[in-house]
This record gives sequence, C-alpha cells and structure tokens, in this order.
Amino acid sequence: MSHWTDRAPYLKTMQTIESGILDEVLGRVAAYDYSAYGEREVRAALAKDRIGIADFAALLSPAAEAFLEPMAAKARLETRKHFGNAVALFTPLYLANHCVNGCVYCGFHHDNDIRRARLGGNEIVRELDAIAETGLEDILLLTGETRKESSVEYIGEAVKLAAERFHLVGIEVYPLNVDEYAYMHACGADYVCVFQETYDPVRYAEVHTLGPKRVFSYRFDALERALMGGMRTVNFGALLGLADFRKDAFAVGLHAHFLQRKYPKGEMAISIPRLRPYINNATENSRDVHEPQLLQVMLAYRLFMPFAGMTVSTRERAGFRDNVIGLCATKISAGVSVGIGGHGQDEEGDGQFEISDPRGVPEVNAAIKARGLQPVYIDYVRV
Amino acid sequence: MTSDEDALMLGEQAFRSRFILGSGKFSSEMMRTVLEHSGAEIATLAVRRANAGGAENILDSFPPGIRLLPNTSGARSAEEAVRIAKLARELGCGDFVKVEVIGDSKYLLPDNTETVRATEMLVDEGFVVLPYMYPDLYAARALARAGATAVMPLGAPIGSNRGLLTADFIRILVEEIDLPIIVDAGIGRPSEACAAMEMGCAAVMANTAIATAGDVAAMADAFRLAIAAGRAAYRAGLGRKLEKGAEASSPLTGFLER
Repeated sequence: MSHWTDRAPYLKTMQTIESGILDEVLGRVAAYDYSAYGEREVRAALAKDRIGIADFAALLSPAAEAFLEPMAAKARLETRKHFGNAVALFTPLYLANHCVNGCVYCGFHHDNDIRRARLGGNEIVRELDAIAETGLEDILLLTGETRKESSVEYIGEAVKLAAERFHLVGIEVYPLNVDEYAYMHACGADYVCVFQETYDPVRYAEVHTLGPKRVFSYRFDALERALMGGMRTVNFGALLGLADFRKDAFAVGLHAHFLQRKYPKGEMAISIPRLRPYINNATENSRDVHEPQLLQVMLAYRLFMPFAGMTVSTRERAGFRDNVIGLCATKISAGVSVGIGGHGQDEEGDGQFEISDPRGVPEVNAAIKARGLQPVYIDYVRV
Repeated sequence: MTSDEDALMLGEQAFRSRFILGSGKFSSEMMRTVLEHSGAEIATLAVRRANAGGAENILDSFPPGIRLLPNTSGARSAEEAVRIAKLARELGCGDFVKVEVIGDSKYLLPDNTETVRATEMLVDEGFVVLPYMYPDLYAARALARAGATAVMPLGAPIGSNRGLLTADFIRILVEEIDLPIIVDAGIGRPSEACAAMEMGCAAVMANTAIATAGDVAAMADAFRLAIAAGRAAYRAGLGRKLEKGAEASSPLTGFLER
C-alpha cells in the first residue's frame, strides 16, 4: 500500500496501519495561507486562554513577528504553569553513522565520503559509563538509518546497556514497526524521536534522493506506531529551513494535536532543529530561519501546546539556548558529541552536523541555575 | 498555624499546619525558604524526580521534620501507581502516598476509576493513601470505602491558577464525606485558599501559585495567613449570609392562629 506522498513503494518489511492523521494534517496544511492573518487575528489569539488551531495559524504568520515580546511573556507563563522551574538535561550518543538514505542536508548522506563507524558492545559501555559519570540520567541513542549495520537487535542491545545505567532512554533510529517498537520498549527505551524533516511532500522528495526514507507515509506514521508499541513519549519536529518553515511548523503542531487526541496517554515532545552548516556542504542555505523566526515558531508551539515538552538543539548558540529555557524550552542537551564515540574514547566516525554549544554538563547546569531555574536529571520513573 | 487542639489528623499523625506544599515547581534552594515561610509540615515529592544518588537529589532539599508525601505522578494506570508507591517506600519516604493517576497528557486530569483501584490496592499494602481526584461524589464515596485517609479534589486543572472552579462540588464532598477534604490543584491566590478553608476543607495544597509569585517567600507567608484565617472563620461558624432576596421585615408566618 502506498500513499500519494510516497516516492518509493513500501518495502515488504514496512508495516501499514490504519490512520487518518496524515491526510488530516496535510489537508489542513495545504489550506493554510499565512498571509491571510493580520494584526487583528494575532491580537485576538494572544487575548485567549486557550489557543486553538486558527490561533496557532495566526501566531505562525508573518504578522505575528511584530508580537514576539507579548508572545514570549505569555509563553513564559504557560511554561511556568506546566513545567515550573524544571529544565531537563540529556545528551545524545551516536552509535553508528552508516546510512542508506540520501538526505541532501545531512552529513551522514549515503554518498558522502566521511569516516563511517559503528560502536561495538565494549565501546558502547565505555561511552555510556563516561556519560553516566557526568550525572546525566537521560540518554538518547542515535544511529544512521540502515537495518544492515544498525539492526534492530544491535539497537536493542545498546538500549539494554543504556537502561542499566540511565533512568531514561530514548532512541532516534530509522522508523520501526509496532512490534519492533514494543521490543525496544521491552529493552528499556521509553521515548522515540522521528523527524519528518518537512511535511511538504514535493520538497521532501527533492531533498531525500535515496533509500527507504523516500516512503513519506511510513515515516509519518512512525510516531503512531511507537505509541502503539507502548512508548511513553514521541519527540518530533520539522527541520526548519528545508521548506516553507511556517507551513512545516503548522504541520508539526497539527501532528501533535491529532496524535494526542488519538493517544491521550502519549506524551508529545517537540524539537526545533533548523539548518546549520554541515560537513562537505558548508555554504548552501537559501531558506534560512533566523533567530527571530525560530523563536516565533517555538513560542507558537508553546502557546498552542502548553503541555508539550520542547527540546532546544545544540545547533543553537549558548546565548540563545540559555534564554529560551524557562521561556518555552523544557529540555536541553549538555556535553554533546555528534561524532561516533567521543565521550569515553576518541571519536571514530564523523558527525552529522556542527554544534554551536559545546558546553559540558557542569556549565549547562550552572547556566540553568543562574536563571533561577532547576536542572532536572530525572523526571521519570519507569513503570 | 492552627492551635494544637485543632490538629489536622491524617491517619495516626497530627499536623498543626493545614498547608501542604507541592514541590514539583521549586528549585531546591527555594524549597527551604518556602517551607519556612509557609509553615508547611507536609510537602509532596514526585518519586520520578527522587534521585537515588544522582547529581541533584531532591530528597536533600527537605529539612528534617517535614513529612514527605510522595506522589505517583507519571502513573497512567492503577498498577503503575502501585509500583511507584512501592518505590517511594523503598526510597525511605515512609507510608504516606498521594495517588495520582493521569491518563491524559494534555489536561492532566485525574482518572477517578483508576484512582479508586489504586487506592484499594495501596490500602491493602498498608499505605496511608491520599488520592488526588476529580470532585465527584460517587468516586469520593468509593475512595472512602477503599480506605483512603483523605480525599484531594482538584479546584481547577493542575497548574492553571484558576482557583476554586469546582467549589460547588467540593462543598458537596465536605458535607457528605467523613474524611479530610484537601483541595489539591488550581489554587492561585491566598484568597482562594482562604475560601476553601472557610468552606470546611481540612487543608489546601499549592505549588504553582507560590513558585510563580514575584516574591516567593512573601507569598508563602500570605498563604500561611490566609489558610489560618479561613480555618478560624470555619471554626467560628460563618455568620448568616442571605443567598437570595432580602429578609422580610415582618414575619411571614405571623398570621397563624396559635
């Protein structure tokens, strides 16, 4: 079964599920004309207690750019109401960078000539132990997208090792089927990150030139499959700047909205990556999302989804990150290495992108406290 | 603080303060100040934040003498709540537990059905159970039957600072349920805490209202005073307040031949 958005047929291994969310989201995004919103709609949205879909659309419009300050004030209140002073800390660990996909913006692109590596069992343990030393309790395990070098079994074993050392384990790997998510959950993972990158199927096809990632709908439905497989939290977002970022941000909000409705127990978490320079292609970037636009998107997310977690990327500079925690972001990475290895041993493989905030855990911890906020290492009990 | 003869009894234990501090939204440094100024003797503790030996151990921020009330936040079913409660006991938090079972990640409203089941199971396990609930009379009766020590209805959605939106329903619980009724969520101002106490609630819990105040210590003081005032008014017996219309100046039944 294929969806009209797919540029490649479903592989035999890919499961299909019954879901109307994709059509619901894309239909509304297609109809979204942000130029139709003006100051009046933005003011009306800001005056409301509950931000609905139409208000969210207004807050993402160019007209709302002039209202960043009142949006920030309202967002800060919502963040404090729902999350108090707590800011969660985590770090990613890249297990492997082999990849069969061709994503033109990504350092792991199949055709890129980078050092490829995959951590073995002992190396994973060494990395995990080194990270655990920092006091972190939340770890996100990542691989490039290939079932060959990074099989379900390989990832599952890594999750088990991580779960022995960390309270909370997430995975950011290729999309899996329901039974595979259930297996990862049984191994000890509780949250799943899958990024659609862009919700514009035409642009999606342009920037994903190779591999199973070309099956747009299989990737879109991954979050739902993860929740069906028993995962507690799904973390997602669009890579802003890849296509029309206002429409993509609108799509992310709707995706969360409809997922939460269908799976009320599931927790939604949003990330807001934007394009940054990357290896082998350090200059191209014609769809820049500058900091004001990035912040506008983050604030609109917070106002539309006051309950959702929000992670701020290491792709952003320290000064930006320190200011958005407490305002809208609720989770921040620290001590990040995006190469393969690099915590307990020398880096073996090249990274996915360049980071802009190289601070370690003590520095990020201190920065959170300096803002009167509370660094939280555990906000979770596995049950 | 209320006088000793007017203690809040929870299980076997007596408390002079009728303020319960929710701790989820404070930094550890803030916690001590707030405990001191609010006079609270009970503070909730999210087990999911309780770190056994990590970098920021929340257990360290409670001074001695504070009764910890671990909550089961994060539980989405009765079984999960039971597991978290047992973990709290293992961590050394004692036998008190505030049951929270929440199956909606958006509004965080308590699931009364699962809460009743969790209460039954935890009472069987010997816990002193204080369930957080949506103020529904039938659910409150079921909790009382299950052996709850108090009932903790919400005043408004968690973190909303909307006050006593459910006042009329909480009043019914105060009248009908022979357990301490503790208003748990939504209290945004000292005046609302005072109103809850005047109504006959046994205690009030707040967190966001103080954590997000401009001067946290002063707001903790204000809550202490408001709760004491509301309690004193309740004990004094509120004066007559005409709900509707005016009082007739001559008796309406004066025509009767006696």
